[in-house]
Amino acid sequence: MSPREAETPAPPLPASAPPEAGATALRTRGAVAFIAPALALVAVFLIFPALWTLYLGLTDYRLTGIQAANPQFIGLDNYAAALGDPRFGNSLWVTLVYVFGSAVIGQLGLGFTLAWIFRGWRGASRTVLEILVIVAWIIPSSVVAFLWIAFLDTHDGTLNAVLGNADVPWLFSWPLLSIIVFNTWRGTAFSMLLCGGALSTLPPSHLETARLAGASSWQQLRDIVLPSIRGHLLTNLLLISLWTFNDFSPYLITAGGPNFGTETLPIYIFRNALTNFQLGYGAAISAILLVINLVIALVYLRVLRKRN
Amino acid sequence: MADLEIRGLTRVFPGGVRALDNLDLHIRDGEFFALLGPSGCGKTTLLRSIAGLERPDAGQILIGGRDVTRLPPGARDLAMVFQDYALYPHMTVAENIAYPLKIRRVGRKDRRQTAESVGASLQIKGGMLDRRPGQLSGGQQQRVALARAIAYRPRVFLFDEPLSNLDARLRLEARTFLKQLQRDLGVTTVYVTHDQAEALALADRMAVMERGHIRQLDTPSNCFLRPANTFVASFIGSTPMNLLSATVRDGGCDVAGQRLALPEIVRGQVQSGEAVVLGMRPEYADVSLVEVPEGLSGPVRVLENLGVDSLVTIEIGDLRVQATTPEDCVPALGDRVWLVPDQRRLLVYRADDGERIAVGPAAPFAETTVDAGSL
Repeated sequence: MSPREAETPAPPLPASAPPEAGATALRTRGAVAFIAPALALVAVFLIFPALWTLYLGLTDYRLTGIQAANPQFIGLDNYAAALGDPRFGNSLWVTLVYVFGSAVIGQLGLGFTLAWIFRGWRGASRTVLEILVIVAWIIPSSVVAFLWIAFLDTHDGTLNAVLGNADVPWLFSWPLLSIIVFNTWRGTAFSMLLCGGALSTLPPSHLETARLAGASSWQQLRDIVLPSIRGHLLTNLLLISLWTFNDFSPYLITAGGPNFGTETLPIYIFRNALTNFQLGYGAAISAILLVINLVIALVYLRVLRKRN
Repeated sequence: MADLEIRGLTRVFPGGVRALDNLDLHIRDGEFFALLGPSGCGKTTLLRSIAGLERPDAGQILIGGRDVTRLPPGARDLAMVFQDYALYPHMTVAENIAYPLKIRRVGRKDRRQTAESVGASLQIKGGMLDRRPGQLSGGQQQRVALARAIAYRPRVFLFDEPLSNLDARLRLEARTFLKQLQRDLGVTTVYVTHDQAEALALADRMAVMERGHIRQLDTPSNCFLRPANTFVASFIGSTPMNLLSATVRDGGCDVAGQRLALPEIVRGQVQSGEAVVLGMRPEYADVSLVEVPEGLSGPVRVLENLGVDSLVTIEIGDLRVQATTPEDCVPALGDRVWLVPDQRRLLVYRADDGERIAVGPAAPFAETTVDAGSL
């Protein structure tokens, strides 16, 4: 008997039953009992809302009017409406640019570059650097958003003050770029820490062997560093793309404007569902966002498995 | 092929530790040269400075007469094998072996061909070339690392404890293999190790280092038979050498209250009353159960079986002296025995600086090749 079985007070088994089968059944039942509370929470807060969203997406449910009291099943009409709505297309495009610009290029690209530059730092200077990075990362998004509003404001902004009262309307002229920079600033620290951790797992002898063979920095990066920490980079990429895809905080800076120029999908959903009260339509878009997230995750798993 | 010259090399680490202190060294073309010493003696720093991975604070490094002190590692034309082998887990064995060739823009076909031919000479054949390093045993990985070093025909090999990660038996096999390989290739080789048996077995010449200095630069047999100072004496040999404090008196000396004769060659160079240290290897003393005049006597305190012979620890006054005895005449624990050192092998060091007395060509014994494996 394993120690685990010994700990569970076993009910007396029928003499005819093989003891092995009884023990296995008991073990399975014990495992289910242990995992049940967690499963219940997941079911109530994740699975049920997801299914409820899928159902709502097939109705004309609204916050007000007759449909609020008596929503009708309308099939795929919401999905058809979304695909025919140029604002949905615009929103999807803005989201893709936002994710690519701020997560892939910004957070991962810049984060890795910084980790690579600072990889040689040791001792006190490294500790200070890490504290600064973590502080930058743990500031709440809403606070960071208002920091950037204060920084980029047309008349009283810090940036314009530095530039000599230039009065450049940054958030109006370059709204998408502004929120990309905002999200890059907010999230680079995470990628930098993760990449730094990945780089430190690389044995120094690997790069030294390459240096002795005459490999340039670029060759070392391409042939040894990147393939070695590929798994770390992909995991990081998956996390930050999903986070950025579902990120609502740009709303705090530009509220989706001007002229829908920064209306990412989460903001689009918010507007339709909670500003325009079209809960059914919003649910349908949410379902589409869910599918996009799933596709990203599947592509990631495929890439990760293929090379391993 | 090239010789290697080190001139006045100095490396001071932050905090003031002098890892290398004005070090001079010449390693001949085609020589198998070992750097031996305890950890922190500077041997690895010296190797890494030769490789260009460490920047010396002063001094020069010349490979084949060319000053490479300021050159990057890749321009020095040398290959290094690390203790952890540094094989790339995401590349196949063949890609690993040929990676330096890829950097040198050798074509894909030629790379494969070289990997196959070099691999074959090291028993890396067939399916093994297309496997990943993670699927190989330690010994196989070690050979792949060697193959990568050989594949691009460098002028100097640098080895940083390449056998340390192998288990004891495999290490002996790999050692023999490595010695044969180096002889066949004839490439100048610098080999860093903390294992004195490895250095004795492999090297043509060796340097024993301590705190950034070379304490003895000699052939393995001279380092074993005639250690230049008590540091080298205590470092080399599988069973540690007995270092006994003694005082010279009337042509002989007093050791722990007993009389012992001094070797002839030393007698003229010491004065009565001078403090010396006697160096006596356990292998170079006879243990007798019957009384021998001019022998050190005491009871046997510890017996250790070494296989072919036994190591006997004898208590002489307040000293503990070790000696080996053949398997057919092992004393019993507590027996009183007489220890007679081989006068030709008895070494005498000055007590103040630990240097050997009577260093010179007049050493009275012939050079013999010492098989480190049996030590």
